[in-house]
Amino acid sequence: MSISKLDFLKFQADSSHILSQRNAELCAHGPILEQDIAITNITLDLLGQARNFYQYAATLSGDPVVTEDSLAYLRNEREYKNLLLVELPAADWSYTVLRQLFYSVYQYLVFEQLEKSTDLQIAAIATKSLKETTYHIKWSSEWVIRLGDGTEESHSRIKKALVDYWPYTGELFIPAPYETETLLGFDLSALKYGWLKQISAVFEEAKLSIPENIFMQTGGKTGVHTEHLGFLLAEMQHLQRSHPGAIW
Amino acid sequence: MESGKAHIMEWLEEVSDPEIPVLTILDMGIVRDIKVEADAIEVFITPTYSGCPAMDAIAFDIKLKLIEKGFKKVKVTSVLSPAWTTDWMSENGKKKLQEYGIAPPQTRSQSSSQQRINRMLFAEEEAVICPRCKSNNTRLLSQFGSTACKAHYQCNNCKEPFDYFKCH
Repeated sequence: MSISKLDFLKFQADSSHILSQRNAELCAHGPILEQDIAITNITLDLLGQARNFYQYAATLSGDPVVTEDSLAYLRNEREYKNLLLVELPAADWSYTVLRQLFYSVYQYLVFEQLEKSTDLQIAAIATKSLKETTYHIKWSSEWVIRLGDGTEESHSRIKKALVDYWPYTGELFIPAPYETETLLGFDLSALKYGWLKQISAVFEEAKLSIPENIFMQTGGKTGVHTEHLGFLLAEMQHLQRSHPGAIW
Repeated sequence: MESGKAHIMEWLEEVSDPEIPVLTILDMGIVRDIKVEADAIEVFITPTYSGCPAMDAIAFDIKLKLIEKGFKKVKVTSVLSPAWTTDWMSENGKKKLQEYGIAPPQTRSQSSSQQRINRMLFAEEEAVICPRCKSNNTRLLSQFGSTACKAHYQCNNCKEPFDYFKCH
């Protein structure tokens, strides 16, 4: 099995997994009951998508010691390939919904391409995930509009989230060594235009504008993370590290 | 072990969805195939949603049921393609859902996902019939309900909140 494909599967799995862990922080802490349920449902979809990619990566690795659990719980920070965007803490609800919009639209565009993959398992995971991602885009778009075009307070909050998160969106479409056109079968950087178009359409209604000439952070895809990932992994992996092999 | 496929299907009819116990896994349309070889059997199921926590429980229940029926080796394999859709739910299953108080999924629209995203922003969902008073004067409270497969609705007539098994 090519290392590149395994790396790509881990990258996809890690990104959805870390975002699901971040969003899960809101479980029982959402602003109102219905939205608490909504964000945790989205979280569960992301976790399921991550599991599909981890399971496939484990199968392809050919190593019986490698399982979805070992990939999720026994790898260190530098081995994690997730996008920087998903590991950042969310200061408030506006950060949560804005990041979800950024990530879900990105996922949608990537899955649309992966659906055509010659690797049938990757294509199957993409088709399955697309249906779920559609709900996530709708939900997060509505929230970004609601806050952006809401009160003075809500507008200033989501504007702050935009300033803080925008520098981490460039990485989405900068191909890692395992994401070249030859390996993926499509040009990742070209998806950026579709992404900007969809985000701009939501921003227009939300009375927000796309920041210009911003320096973009990179590194997550190759394992160079912000300080936040280590703390997140420490909490998430604690049980498996302290009690190896523990199951429910 | 000599068992026809029809027989095995009857046994699988005894395995229900742990989240919606009125539905069997056959009503849900998640059993895709069965392979039998002597005393070994492999059941292929497809998940409803990627992260549905009921799937692990269902796989476990299938194993228990078939071991109870005499199979020595039972394997449950998850297949993702073709992706599950509510169109695979049986008519009888839809009827049982309705009686249970959950509005059954309506026929899926043929529009593309992109069209759905655009059209659905802040727009009302299609009229879902209240399982209690049968009124179609109902409204969507949240696209996300008590489980991944359900949305949360309320009837404007009888005021009863209810779950809608959403089209997928």
